[in-house]
Amino acid sequence: MSIPEHKPRKQIILGAHLGGVNHHTLWHLPESGSQIDFSSFEHTARTAERGKFDFFFLAEGLALRERDGEVFDQDVVGRPDTFTVLASLAAVTDHLGLAGTISSTFNEPYELARQLASLDHLSGGRAAWNVVTSFDAFTGANFRRGGYLDRSQRYERAAETLAAVRELWDAWADDDLVIDKEAGVFARPGAGSFRHQGPQFDVSGRFGVPRPPQGHPVILQAGVSPQGRDFAAAGSDAIFSPYGRFDEAREYYVDVKARAARLGRNPDHLKILPSASFVLGDTEAEARERAHWVREEQVTGRTAQILLEQIWNRDLSGYDPDGPLPDVEPLVDAPPFIAGRALIHADRPATVARLRARAEAEGLSLRQIAIEEFTRGGFVGTPTQVADALDRFVQDDGSDGFVLGSHLVPTGLDAFVDSVVPLLQERGSLRAEYTGSTLRDNLGLPAPLRPARSPREATPAGV
Amino acid sequence: MASASPDRPSIVAVALDGAGWHPAAWREPAARPEALTDPAYWVDLARRAEAGVVDLVTFEDSFGLPTGPYDDPAGERTDRVRVRLDAELVAARVAPATRHVGLVPVVTTTHTEPFHVSKALATLDHTSRGRAGWQVRVSAFAADAALTGRREVPEVAFEDFLAVRGAEHVADLFDEGAAVVDTVRALWDSWEDGAEIRDAATRRFIDRDKVHRVEVETPWFSVRGPAITPRPPQGQPVVTLLAHAAVPYELAARAGDVVFVTPADDAGAATVLADVRAAEARVGRTGEPLRVVADLAVVLDAAGEPGAVRLARLDARDGGPWTTDARVVAGSAAAAAGVVETLIRAGYDGVRLRPAVLPDDLDAITADLLPELRRRGLARSAYDAGTLRGLLHLPADVPNRFAAA
Repeated sequence: MSIPEHKPRKQIILGAHLGGVNHHTLWHLPESGSQIDFSSFEHTARTAERGKFDFFFLAEGLALRERDGEVFDQDVVGRPDTFTVLASLAAVTDHLGLAGTISSTFNEPYELARQLASLDHLSGGRAAWNVVTSFDAFTGANFRRGGYLDRSQRYERAAETLAAVRELWDAWADDDLVIDKEAGVFARPGAGSFRHQGPQFDVSGRFGVPRPPQGHPVILQAGVSPQGRDFAAAGSDAIFSPYGRFDEAREYYVDVKARAARLGRNPDHLKILPSASFVLGDTEAEARERAHWVREEQVTGRTAQILLEQIWNRDLSGYDPDGPLPDVEPLVDAPPFIAGRALIHADRPATVARLRARAEAEGLSLRQIAIEEFTRGGFVGTPTQVADALDRFVQDDGSDGFVLGSHLVPTGLDAFVDSVVPLLQERGSLRAEYTGSTLRDNLGLPAPLRPARSPREATPAGV
Repeated sequence: MASASPDRPSIVAVALDGAGWHPAAWREPAARPEALTDPAYWVDLARRAEAGVVDLVTFEDSFGLPTGPYDDPAGERTDRVRVRLDAELVAARVAPATRHVGLVPVVTTTHTEPFHVSKALATLDHTSRGRAGWQVRVSAFAADAALTGRREVPEVAFEDFLAVRGAEHVADLFDEGAAVVDTVRALWDSWEDGAEIRDAATRRFIDRDKVHRVEVETPWFSVRGPAITPRPPQGQPVVTLLAHAAVPYELAARAGDVVFVTPADDAGAATVLADVRAAEARVGRTGEPLRVVADLAVVLDAAGEPGAVRLARLDARDGGPWTTDARVVAGSAAAAAGVVETLIRAGYDGVRLRPAVLPDDLDAITADLLPELRRRGLARSAYDAGTLRGLLHLPADVPNRFAAA
């Protein structure tokens, strides 16, 4: 894909993902640190800010994963509350965006709006929300309102949640906050009044948080299906893309940006960010050797069995990891053998058939298939090679940037910031200093305008 | 009657709310009402309290809009503060910017998810390195219920809510609150200490025998568990409750570590304390007794303006006398210290001071009142513990309900 001569150099957007609850994190290494001490979050966030990253990102999972009815013990287990960690990180950073996944299913719009608006104020305009939907009864068992969401309604509810949250963020007009000590007027009558009525929610009252510094915190989403792509293209500021290979990523990039344009949006105001890993070495050979070692460490024989159990949906512990793929068929209608993970293999028989074909064609064992399917190749090489590859990926419109994760917590990002970041800065593809004061500014996103005051709002006092 | 001994100073807490607890506080010259959404404002207040060696600060909150429950329940007056950030997040923002002081946000039990409340406070305990507490609050207001639209709540007068009388649904809300506290505590216990083993040889990150489902079933909600967040550093963060009547005293006695109470005068102080101890007996509380802490709203002498004059001026600005649930002490630091000393000698474990005006009365507390209390042997002069439980002389070794005996 050639770049037109006149095309300006894109600034690479970088997010730092603190690795967590999956097999990517090599927690057994001596140099690996705590997954819950605040010092680990602080180190990662400060390192990202030193590298002029756009944001820190924290994922969420609202139930401990289980295998065959028992709490999973092989990978990292345990996570913090997303909002609380981000608010604490606001105290130890000055410019870094603070992004987190928060379920739209197990929170009310009023609570979400209040917590996110509070976080945006407490961070001086650096909050971002990755909107996800949950619908599994397993996770729902931890919540009052667990399980009431029909899966077919997931986007409807998420869309209405987002709409209601935005209405709440807009509940205060700029001139509602008067603060005249002498005249004794703190706020205009009825400041913060809102009413949202829809199929999912009928909520009303007064909102106690003035409009957030960013207008609206940055909205992140992921979308793969056509419905999900349209939803994300319509409603989000940035999309987490699952595609790491350039050709797939580029197809996705072009498709989603086109959807945004069809919906009347400026495609530049919708950022596409695949997750990516990296392995560095002094030489290419050394980096490749290390990357190979990382993948082997990530997927032990036991982990390989468990990863494939997600697809087969049945106990595979009796199958030799170094032998062929299991000769039994997947259980399609059985309850989840592995609970608490996003379902990524909707069509189990088709996936099994594809894996069998691949194993036969390439002569791969059970474990080798698991390594191929469940680990990321990522960007591997010398700092110069990695900087080249990342920059080319973005300039050729594979993405607008990356959410970088590492197999090592909390120091995995250090070498990247020390060696790759300066090279990206030299090329003019990454800022040398932060230029904006809010995350929106740094991402090049416009601040959303507040809708004009409605006649109802213009009426005098009273609720 | 107990009296304070030098090896166990009384508890001195400061309650932070907006521009101060007096409704006209925001109009004072030093008040910064425009900064109520500014993190630097809250960090500054918490650091002032910490410089004064206060045991803990509470962060006031309400599920809905801050209103004047006695004289402006609907929030129609335009001369009152109408802005409030989420208190748990304010505490989280303050945590890395302070080192010693306990951080106790109000978090409501009525419309929230016990699972979220539990992990938020557990995480605050992690990010504050063992300084987290929780002021439990029940919401009985129809306006709060309308914010989520999930339950119908009849209107109830504020006085009836505080006294838990008249409406059956109010007592039910406290029963639900008790169930929420118990569930939150069970989730804090659901990871035993030492559950994370990181056994490289077997590649087991946790010992799954030390991670437990809570399997809570109540008339209001059910929670399966375990928590997603490992056990907080304190094991059990400190649970507090502001209570005005027998039903909430019992909730505090069943589930709390500290109860904030509002005796109106010296005579009432004895009655309230006896009522709390009676509630402890009724619910069969064992182990550590409740720490009983009296709330006092303070309007202290300022340079050239005695506290009583300040209060009269504030009341005049607000258009009438200050109606509040706590005793209002307006006067000199020595006079306020006398009130505190009388409470301590009556058997109270300490006081929570509600500064009428911020930062004025907080500064007067740290500059004048606390030194006076120290002269009387009633307040600590240095932080001698790393956790909030330690500061409150609560045992550091907290039994875990799931641990094998």
